Order: sequence, then C-alpha cells, then structure tokens
Amino acid sequence: MENNAIITIKDLTKTFPMGKSSFTALEGINLSLGTGEFSGLIGPSGSGKTTLLNIIGSLDTPTSGEALVLGHSIGELSAKQAARLRKESLGFIFQSYNLLSVHTVFENVEFPLLLLKMGADERKKMVMDALEWVGLTEKVKSKPPQLSGGECQRVAIARAMVKKPSLVLADEPTANLDAANSHNILQTMLKLNKELNTTFLFATHDEKVIGYLRRKIYLLDGKFEKEERVGEDEVELKEVESGRRLSK
Amino acid sequence: MKTALKLAFRNLIGAGLRTWLNVLVLSFSFVVIIWMNGLMAGWDYQAKTDMTNWQIGGGQYWHEQYDPYDPFTLTESHAPVPAGFSDELARGTMEPILVVQGTIYPEGRMQPVAITGIRPGQEILMIPTFALDTVVTDAVPAVIGAVLSRNMQVKEGDRLTMRWRDANGMFDATEILVIKVFSSNVPAVEAGQIYIPLEKLRSMTLLEDEATLVTFSDSEKERQDAGEWVHKSKDELTAPVDEIIKTKTVGQSVFYGILLLLAMLAVFDTQVLSIFRRQKEIGTYIALGYTRREVVGLFTVEGAMHSVLAAVVAALYGFPFLWWQAREGWTMPIEASEFGMAMAQTLYPVYSAGLVIATVLIVVLVTTIVSYLPSRKIAKMNPTEALRGRIQ
Repeated sequence: MENNAIITIKDLTKTFPMGKSSFTALEGINLSLGTGEFSGLIGPSGSGKTTLLNIIGSLDTPTSGEALVLGHSIGELSAKQAARLRKESLGFIFQSYNLLSVHTVFENVEFPLLLLKMGADERKKMVMDALEWVGLTEKVKSKPPQLSGGECQRVAIARAMVKKPSLVLADEPTANLDAANSHNILQTMLKLNKELNTTFLFATHDEKVIGYLRRKIYLLDGKFEKEERVGEDEVELKEVESGRRLSK
Repeated sequence: MKTALKLAFRNLIGAGLRTWLNVLVLSFSFVVIIWMNGLMAGWDYQAKTDMTNWQIGGGQYWHEQYDPYDPFTLTESHAPVPAGFSDELARGTMEPILVVQGTIYPEGRMQPVAITGIRPGQEILMIPTFALDTVVTDAVPAVIGAVLSRNMQVKEGDRLTMRWRDANGMFDATEILVIKVFSSNVPAVEAGQIYIPLEKLRSMTLLEDEATLVTFSDSEKERQDAGEWVHKSKDELTAPVDEIIKTKTVGQSVFYGILLLLAMLAVFDTQVLSIFRRQKEIGTYIALGYTRREVVGLFTVEGAMHSVLAAVVAALYGFPFLWWQAREGWTMPIEASEFGMAMAQTLYPVYSAGLVIATVLIVVLVTTIVSYLPSRKIAKMNPTEALRGRIQ
C-alpha cells in the first residue's frame, strides 16, 4: 500500500442477485491508488471495471471486503455521507456525457458549485476557469444539443474538474468520440492531472485511452488479472506519437 | 432549497412548450376558481343588499303567529303595535306593515294575493310607496311588482277587483287601480303582493293600529322580543341567502374539482413522463452529490413550480379579466327573476384577498402533492442503473 493512497481496496467482492441465484461481478479485488495517479481499470465488457468504479464513486457498495476512498469506508457510509463525499471530493465523467440538456454549458459546469453553495461571483470565476482549461469559453451560452460530441465531453470534464476534486472517475470517456476528439480529451485530462495533481481513474477498454495511462490495472471476469506501470517519459512519447498520427 | 428552486426553475423553463401547456391549464383553473367564487360572493352581497333595501330594512319584528311561507297564518298574525315602538315610529325609523290574505280577479281569473298595507311616506324600504299618495276617488291606489304584473298581465292604469275578509270574517270587495309597477331584484317583494296604503287596509279589515310585522332601519341597536312580537335580526332574515349561496358553492366545488383534476392530471402525467425519460439525469444528480431524497425533493419542487408559474401567468391575463368583470358584471342570459330568489340580472363579482390567497394556496398545495406522488419512485432507484438510463 502506498503512503499517500487515496483509494485502498481490500478483498472486495460484489455480487448481484439474479433471480434465485446471484452473479459475482467482482471477487477478491485488492488495489491501492495514490494522489496524482493517471491510471485505468482495463478489461473487456463484463470484467467488472464499471462496477468497481461505481463502488469507488460511492454509487454502489461492496458485498464484502473494504473500499476506502479518501479515508471513507464506502460500505459504511450513509446515503447522506456518500452524497457529501461525491459532492465535495469526487468528479465523474461518463461515456455519454450525462449533461443536463436544458441547461447551458455555463449552468452545467456551475451545477457542482451550486451544490457546494458557493457565492455567485466565486462560481462564475471558477466556471470560467474550468471552461478555459477545456477551451470552451466561447460556448458558455450554448446548450448540449448544440455541441459536438467532443465539446460535450469537454463540458463534462469541466464539470468534473470545476470544484478541483481529489479524484476523477471516468467511465469509458472516449467511447462515443472519434480519434481526434479522443486525443484532445485525453490531452486535456492529462494536462489537468499534471497541473492540478488530480487523481484520475478510468474504466476503459479503448486502446487510445490505454496508451495514455501510467498505470494499467487489468481485470478479467471480475478478478484482478495483472498490472502495468509506464514511465512518464514513455507516456509523453506516446502522446507525441498519437498526435502525429492524428495530424496525418 | 434555494438550489432546488433555482434548478427546478431552469429545468421547467428549459422544458419549453410542455411546461407552458401545463402552466396555461393551471392558470385557467386559478382564474376560473377566483372568478366563480367572486361571482358567488358578489351575488351573496347583492342579494343581501337588495333584501335589506327592498324587503327587510335593518331587521323586523314579526307577530308570533306570522309565517311568511304559510298564508293561512295571516288571519291570526296581527296585533296592535307595541307602545314601546312609538318613538321610532314617530321618527320614521320603524314602519308597521299589515299583511292580509286576499284575491284579485284579473280578466275574470282568480288569483290569491297578499294584500300589504304600508305607509306611503315610509323611507326604510325602496318600494315606491310614495305612489300610494295619489288621490284616487273611485278605487284604492295600488303598487305591484313586475313579477306579478308579468304573471297576471296587469299594467299601470289597470283596474282590478280585489276581495278580502275583515277581522270578523266578513268578505268584502273593492276596485284597485294600479298606480305603479316597480322592478327590484327581490322576487319576494314582487310576486303575489299588492301594496296599498296602510290606513286604508286597516280600515278595510277593521284592524285599527294593528300590524303583522314592523320593519326598522337601525340594525345596530340592541333589541329584544316585545310581548307577542318576535325580534328577527338582519342576519337571521338573510340567513336563507347564505344557505342558498352555500349550496350553490358546494355545487360549484364539484366543477372546481373537475377543473383542478384535469390540471392535476396534466401535471401528474408530466411528472411520470419526466421520471421515466430523465433517468440518466436523475443518476447524474446523484453522482454529482445529491441524495435520492434530495432528487425527490427537486422533482417535487419542479412539479409544484408549475403552479407558481401558473399564478404568474394567471395574474397576467386574469387581473385584467377579473377587473373588467368586477366593473362590467356578468349578465345572465336568462331572466334572473325566474330563479325565485334575490338575484340581479347582472352580477358583479367581489374578490377578496382571502379568496385569492386561499385559491393560490390550495392549487399550490394540490400541485405539490400531485408532483410528490410519482417522484417517490426516485427514492427506490438504483443510481448506477439510472446513470445508464435503464428503465427501472
């Protein structure tokens, strides 16, 4: 276990009832994630990566074992405590963006700050900062249906990052994007990871994303399979290569 | 709560036409309920005012035998006016009225009437008794109401034979001359009554100084029963109007209920559809830091806010309409006197702050309940399934 771990998973098992029997989605998972990591849960569909991400995000609870996130044992949190953890410390990025379609870009990004009951001036500054990180300051008044898929995902990133959370959980963030947009999105997230030292944890089976990860945790059929760590230089080299390929 | 209000408002405005259709239907309920209640209050006010002006004054003393709904009591329901009334009688703030049973014969037909003796110079009631001062040598001057005039096809200047019984039970008859036909909004003073000078009736019936009832103008004065004279306050005499209005209001409540039900169905339907279609959004709210209970609250506020927007929209077109109605009134398409109770042909709605506030509160409360009921489903949703937009 790392000293500055913000996620610690011990012997985690998750089963879902299926009629009279049950389905084991995760079994005996052990994991530790430190501050500032840019890592991913990798595996095919049904490997349990989204289930694990949901548990870490306090949207679900383990059947047995322990999941400690930012010092909170997920299984022991009340609904209110879990909501507070998500509100204050976690950011979510989803495959299908999950933006509020009737709200403008500004309002979507502002939403987490409204929940934190911040003042209007402070909110405005933070929203504009977040939109600047993702390069969408020109689109503040647009609504999601008026944006491209890449722009929507950048809004989602801004929404996840606006409160500067300790941990961002991204579930297949590039699944609905083309290669160029995927690259842009990942570059943005990597930049934010470096500048704000935010921990990113992905759930993905997209090769484009995997190429950017510094730590790759492979799951198969709900079990830990293997783990790979990549040096920072290697990641930077891949970034450059991806960029070149896209520019051709 | 402030955040929920802000979000609910954004969601509602963002929903566009769907919101405005619901709001329009709800606003219609607001305006119709206020208008119809106002009409009832206006009718109540008008009926009581007209009754006061035309029939009862500030209250009455009735002979203990007198029952206005039983003509047979008229034979026994008369007595000398108590001496204690003499001061008010002298000042003209009290008027004795003698009522006896009689019969008229318009164009050979026989029609029972109440012959009402009233002082021509009285100023308590609006009945044009001054016309009874007209000097007629060969007949008794009489004033009748428009309802009797219409029913008997009798007009001003017509002469009729009138028959009555005196105190000894002897029948007698004379000719009356219709000097004036008056119109009021009180059918009770117009139908089946013939007004002739009091002293003339007293002499015709041999009931000198006697009366059946005594009307007074001062309703504030503390009064008691006086011997065989029973005190009837203004409130007591107008109570039947309140009863009728109350009955009508209950009937109207069914109409309000149906109107509200339609509006609530629209809101309920919108809520159910919202929860069905916006599962991903619900999941997103939870992921971003709401508890499921808070999302229930958000959807409830959103539904309830329809009624707040409806109140604003209702104010926009409702105030001018209600003001115009209060000024111009609502004229009934059929003859008001056919209703058989004090009712003007044109009713002027009367709106009170209480009526408006109560209507708004009831509609907001009912909308909130209707919004809450389907929203409870959210509390049972699995957030991870909701995030994927899976129907639960």
